[in-house]
Amino acid sequence: MQTAVKIEEYLQEVEESLGNEFQRKALDTFAVAYRTGRANAFAGMDVKGLVDEIAQAKDDGIRRMDELYNQFKQKAESMGVHVHLAETAEEANRIIARIAKDNDCKKVIKAKSMTAEETHLNTHLEAEGLKVVESDLGEWIIQMRGEGPSHMVMPAIHLSRFQVADLFAGVTKKEQDPDIPKLVKVARRELRKEYVEADMGISGSNFAVVETGTIGLVTNEGNARLATTLPRVHVALVGLEKLTPTLHDALRILRALPRNATGQQITSYVTWITGPNECKGAPDDKKVMHVVFLDNGRKKLAKDKDFAQILRCIRCGACANVCPVYRLVGGHKYGHVYIGAIGLIMTYFFHGKDKAKFLVQNCVNCGACKEVCAAGIDLPRLIKEIHAMIQDEDGHPAQSKLMGLVLKNRTLFHTLLKNMRWAQKPFAERDGQYIRHLPTVFMKDKDQDFRKLPTIADKAFRDEWKSIKPEVRNPTLRVALFSGCVQDFVYPEQMKAAVKIIASTGTVELDYPMKQSCCGLPVNMMGEKQAAVEVARQNVLAIDPSKYDYIMTMCASCASHLKHSYPKLLENDADLAPKVAQFADKVIDFSSFIHDVLQISSMKFNRSGKRIGYHAPCHLCRGLEVREAPREAINMAHDYVPTSEEEVCCGFGGSYSMKFPAISKTLLAKKMANLEAGDIAAVATDCPGCVMQIRGGMKASGKDIEVKHVAELLAERLR
Amino acid sequence: MSQEHIELFTKKAEAVSAIVKRIDKLNEAYAYAVDVCLNKNACQLLLSGCENAISDEASDLCEAKAADKVMAAPKLADDQYAELAKAAEKAGVKLIADGLRNHLAGIDIGFAVADLGLAETGSLVLDSSSEDLRLSTMVSEINVVVLPLSKLRASSYEAEAELLPMMQKAPNYLAFITGASRTADIERVLAIGVHGPLELHILLWEDA
Repeated sequence: MQTAVKIEEYLQEVEESLGNEFQRKALDTFAVAYRTGRANAFAGMDVKGLVDEIAQAKDDGIRRMDELYNQFKQKAESMGVHVHLAETAEEANRIIARIAKDNDCKKVIKAKSMTAEETHLNTHLEAEGLKVVESDLGEWIIQMRGEGPSHMVMPAIHLSRFQVADLFAGVTKKEQDPDIPKLVKVARRELRKEYVEADMGISGSNFAVVETGTIGLVTNEGNARLATTLPRVHVALVGLEKLTPTLHDALRILRALPRNATGQQITSYVTWITGPNECKGAPDDKKVMHVVFLDNGRKKLAKDKDFAQILRCIRCGACANVCPVYRLVGGHKYGHVYIGAIGLIMTYFFHGKDKAKFLVQNCVNCGACKEVCAAGIDLPRLIKEIHAMIQDEDGHPAQSKLMGLVLKNRTLFHTLLKNMRWAQKPFAERDGQYIRHLPTVFMKDKDQDFRKLPTIADKAFRDEWKSIKPEVRNPTLRVALFSGCVQDFVYPEQMKAAVKIIASTGTVELDYPMKQSCCGLPVNMMGEKQAAVEVARQNVLAIDPSKYDYIMTMCASCASHLKHSYPKLLENDADLAPKVAQFADKVIDFSSFIHDVLQISSMKFNRSGKRIGYHAPCHLCRGLEVREAPREAINMAHDYVPTSEEEVCCGFGGSYSMKFPAISKTLLAKKMANLEAGDIAAVATDCPGCVMQIRGGMKASGKDIEVKHVAELLAERLR
Repeated sequence: MSQEHIELFTKKAEAVSAIVKRIDKLNEAYAYAVDVCLNKNACQLLLSGCENAISDEASDLCEAKAADKVMAAPKLADDQYAELAKAAEKAGVKLIADGLRNHLAGIDIGFAVADLGLAETGSLVLDSSSEDLRLSTMVSEINVVVLPLSKLRASSYEAEAELLPMMQKAPNYLAFITGASRTADIERVLAIGVHGPLELHILLWEDA
């Protein structure tokens, strides 16, 4: 559970988590195994189609939340189920405590429920004098440790068998062998006794099917079956977003939930309870059944045009499974109650701003969560939106406010960058390519020394454009170049390499609109949404899309931001909207442009025979779904050699790496280790940020693997 | 039912550690269940936990276990039950049809006939509205379930038209059962039989 009050404390906690080697290793192994497991589970299925169907059906249900609730209530009550609606977490807890009292219940056996975690139900019931025992093995373990879950589906994934054995020794008052099958059997025995004694069973619910008034439960252990069978009272605590009109809706989600959660085709048990069933432990042989629906902000959320989509979440936990940050720090530092990417967002809505304000900053924006989400929730964007909202409420930090102000004024920004060239002189290394140490006004020097940062180039690309602009007599295509700040001011050679390759075809008229500015992603990352909007508007006005066939950029982050974020950022600007759509539509990355559009032939290159690895920038492989083009492009001039985890983030994330250097450093180390294991001479990538990060890391650790933009590696072999 | 679905069902069920056999007549199922029962050790349920270092209170429950080998077959048709009882008696296995609440420490075999099968996931569908059936499929250490092949469907979608009326007849307690009870909550190591059966045997019955 996230408890830090100051950002420094949070950073400290994050660093401590990074030091937890057992957890790191467990999450790492899982992350790798999960990828294969999930792919196998979905083999032969139209996953995208399924995700779209789920998203649509959930959206429909969210829109009709009140109506569905009323229908469910009517249906269930006609069968003798008591249905309640709790406005707040506190109210839900009070209702459940009252049910216990009215039915003279003393002992509760609980099947896993994230909703009950959300309301802190156990604490409340225990304060009312009830004994509550969790029956899901992982939940039971963390309950006894007084912790919250660290994963939505595997709540105790952060613990080792030795920790569990010690814990069980305490419970059983017998020495325990740290052998997993034995520990599981001990739990089986201990918990069986708890089911026998319990008079109330509490479960969550994966589905509340309106057409039949049915509660659907998905478990592997079967604990939900026992907990809803043996005690004479059953209470299901259900978030309103679980209401689903038909059985078909539930079956559809069931196709995705276990596959996306753990790579299982289906869980061992799926239980559908309709009405109060036979219960021979009850006086009249009939179960007392209550369903408590929880609002806790859901109704309000359902009406929010942007955030309603978070209610689509089916609680599979996949967003954590693929998150490179979660993989390093675990759920207790990457969530409050709900964990992972969805947890960062839900924390804000269900547990408040104070619990969420540091968490939302700790997103590297790699997009892995969005790609894997079973309900197609745009998680990274919503995390940024919340970051911006919190800053609007709490006041903007001086640094990000300044950055926002500077970026909004292109001339000032560019003058500053040019002046930095002189300002950095005293800090530059002898060869002038890297900064020796950083002026402390910018950041804490020692935190950043895991990588060497480049100096500003002597001449910006924009200042060279006039002299290098290729002459093309009969162009078949007109293309605007968008450089982004890094390639403009730090790595102009990457732009020049691209110009050289494109010019070699003699068919493309290239233009570099001078009024273009930073794409605005950095300020968006810092929660400065207003500045991001203004910079976006400036760029759309600077590059008139009607004049060009394509707007080409060699920076994956810029490309993805221009293409996908601009239409969202400028959605309230009715006058500009058609232009923005046209603009976004024409944005293309370098590799796709030369490979797919120009179809440049490998005959143009002298093959080098060099083994080249590839790092897939997050914003290219997931942001733009460009996967084959860069690899095939490399292969035209060199030998592309696959390496492990090519699509996992390098940890750059722009300002993220300045704010969370410890995480950035660890991600980079992993990236470099994977590349080194490939026995390669150079690494190609297509984002200057990734070049900066990986090249800087290689340099700082004295490794002699070259890191270059795909364009550079191609240009050097151009015939 | 197509051979393809039978093969898919078998493959998927076996992938989650179920034991799948083909039978021609129901009598074979009775003999099979009795045989499985005889081949396991009564009250030395090696995987059930009693032999481990459990608390004194939890072991009290083990004491409650019957000394005989016990098989439960609630909700079986009368003639079927009579046949199974005959086979059980001959082998010295005690057969019960109800009162499963008195056996919460565990029984040896739970015997049932499935209502539907789902090939896509290797799942059995059991209308478990009877508490005794619910319990026998949970507290038994080995679950033996007959799936009439006439009831095998390609997927949950294909079975939907049959599932819906079952769920509409309230009250109802419907179960999809796929493999044995399992957990991976400790270090993600797969462990079978955490709360429910340690083994699931599925007998595919050519009933048509």
